[in-house]
Amino acid sequence: MALLQIAEPGQSEAPHQRRLAVGIDLGTTNSLVAAVRSGMADVLADENGHRSVPSVVRYTPGCSPVVGHAAATGSGDSRSTIRSAKRLMGKGATDLVDSWLCRHYRFDLDSGSVPAFLTADGPRTAIEVSAAILGRLKHTAEAALGGELVGAVVTVPAYFDDAQRQATKDAASLAGLQVLRLMNEPTAAAVAYGLDNEEEGIVAIYDLGGGTFDISLLKLQRGVFEVLATAGNTELGGDDIDNAIVQWLMDKACIERLADENAEAAAKVYARSLKEALSTSASVDVDWRDDAGHHVLCQLSIEEFNDISRPLVMQTLKPCRQVLRDAGIDREDVTAVVMVGGSTRVPLVRDSVAAFFERDVLTSIDPDEVVAIGAAIQANILAGNKAGSDLLLLDVTPLSLGLEIMGGLVEKIIPRNTTIPIARGQEFTTYKDAQTAMALHVVQGERELVEDCRSLARFELAGIPARVAGAARIQVLFQVDADGLLTVSALERDSGVVASVNVKPSYGLSDGEIENMLRDSMKHAGEDMQKRVLREQKVEAARVLEALAAALQADGDEHLDAEERARIDDLVRQLSDVLQHSTDREVIRQAVHALERGSGDFVERRMNASVRKMMSGQGIDAMDEAVGKARHEACTSDP
Amino acid sequence: MVEGLEILSDMGVTFTDSAARHIKSFLEKRGKGIGLRLAVRTTGCSGLAYVLEFADEVAANDEVFQDNDITVIIDRKSLVYLDGTELDFTREGLNEGFKFNNPNVKDECGCGESFTI
Repeated sequence: MALLQIAEPGQSEAPHQRRLAVGIDLGTTNSLVAAVRSGMADVLADENGHRSVPSVVRYTPGCSPVVGHAAATGSGDSRSTIRSAKRLMGKGATDLVDSWLCRHYRFDLDSGSVPAFLTADGPRTAIEVSAAILGRLKHTAEAALGGELVGAVVTVPAYFDDAQRQATKDAASLAGLQVLRLMNEPTAAAVAYGLDNEEEGIVAIYDLGGGTFDISLLKLQRGVFEVLATAGNTELGGDDIDNAIVQWLMDKACIERLADENAEAAAKVYARSLKEALSTSASVDVDWRDDAGHHVLCQLSIEEFNDISRPLVMQTLKPCRQVLRDAGIDREDVTAVVMVGGSTRVPLVRDSVAAFFERDVLTSIDPDEVVAIGAAIQANILAGNKAGSDLLLLDVTPLSLGLEIMGGLVEKIIPRNTTIPIARGQEFTTYKDAQTAMALHVVQGERELVEDCRSLARFELAGIPARVAGAARIQVLFQVDADGLLTVSALERDSGVVASVNVKPSYGLSDGEIENMLRDSMKHAGEDMQKRVLREQKVEAARVLEALAAALQADGDEHLDAEERARIDDLVRQLSDVLQHSTDREVIRQAVHALERGSGDFVERRMNASVRKMMSGQGIDAMDEAVGKARHEACTSDP
Repeated sequence: MVEGLEILSDMGVTFTDSAARHIKSFLEKRGKGIGLRLAVRTTGCSGLAYVLEFADEVAANDEVFQDNDITVIIDRKSLVYLDGTELDFTREGLNEGFKFNNPNVKDECGCGESFTI
């Protein structure tokens, strides 16, 4: 008979209706799947008893891909054995230049915008590689839970942007996995420790993996985790400690370099065993020899090991300082520090972080498993297996989302750090008379000018009824779902024409780039503001010129004599000239004013004429339009 | 129906060592509640299905007893169907969980999640 788990009171499902959900930590180096069974979250082991799967996929022609340990350890075509595909998720060809991946793999950069690894079994995108890993985890989970999954919570780094999150979702659906929610890795770690049950607090998540380091600062308020700041180093991790030990061994053996790659790899494996032994004991016997006959026989004490690894550990504290500074948080305001990643088993790492934050660090949950466990807890709740919604985690947008407006300026619709899911709308209007289409450009970033932000998508709303400028009412709605994915729609209210776009950009930003964008927005705040007011002034000037030109063409001859016309033309020329050459906002503003004053009589005459025309018995619609037009022109002459 | 302990001596539910060990650890991990609730309800493809839940309270029609230091709560109606049942914790391939060895069962659905008496 089927095996049962203990359910929460009143939450027992009828047979065949149990809702099995898992948490998945899709990592750069290793991936794990966890689930809550009988109220306890635990990692699910595969048929060989492995609790984590190396994120490695090997492709061979005509066979299904080999995933995990077999791919990681077996020999085979190294260019077809894909590691670290996560680094490429949601990235474009331009991100590849000079990257580690580029030195190890061949890529197909031509077919479409998503770069693909050239493997023996054809081109494979990072999404496909991740899907193979997720498929493997799904298989393990279904075998362990004895049924089909209703879905999974998949974790992503806090700094993942929309493109990277969408790529992760795509990989899951390719693997036949329903994503209940994408969850930030640091948030998952905090949930694993039950920190979400606290009323409020500031949680620091220190995540030192094999090859990457991330520090995140989360703010908990009324059950909502907000990412206050993230920083890190994508080139720093436990592997660097291994390398430092190898260097120490070489120094002891008085050798300059190791014979070849195999010798290096063997030395690294030995170095790692020393490191792991020193996580639990005060010293370790060293008995190392290489193929060339060098031999090191001595003891490595924890003190000496600490000296070896100290420079690397100290390097991780710099980003810790930075997140505190970025978030404007004092060290003593941090209420909990969670350790994530296998490298946090090194005692020096724990001690240094504890000393830095001046408090005990949380280490009771296996640091390799803590993220998957937090995701499993969230998955269990989202699948409806827990009474009440005592935990409905929310995340926030990492960068502001906005729209390009006239003059290359950015109108922010959803500010950074807004809790998601969220929907926000804003009304826009047309800029020119008889404008029937509007190009919408969706951007992400903190800067004031479009060229300094990241372009996410462009789309067009066509079929706007031809009206005077400013008459159309276009409702633009930004919606970010619980996974941080953006949909933008535009609706012209009177005609009901609608257009929308799902933001699924072809490439993304790195951790460092997001940091840079945030930092730049602070650094350039003043300058940006100046640029913004200048652009706004220029847009205003161009609009005045445009409206006046249209009016002059329509009935300039009717209302103006030659002398008046020449005076206005002269002012128009002056403003055009200033607009083209000046970067002084004040100069442009004065030229605009001069023109507005100079053309005041003309505008007034036109207005009176159109009011007269209106009074002489026309239809309501035409009247409305005339009023709109008159009002609009009144505006242009308004100082 | 006869009251109290007399029933329990006649109609017992027992745990295997493995089941008892796992139940204790799950109860401890949950950190709240008073014990384990076993029940049978009329549902599923073959008529009846087991209910296995944590218990936070005792209702009017519940019987409460101890086995292996575990407080077990069974409502009187379910007790009839569960008489003599042994609860085991077992592993089938990668899947692990609880299994009811119920002598009263005449027939099970293919998957074994529901049964008839």
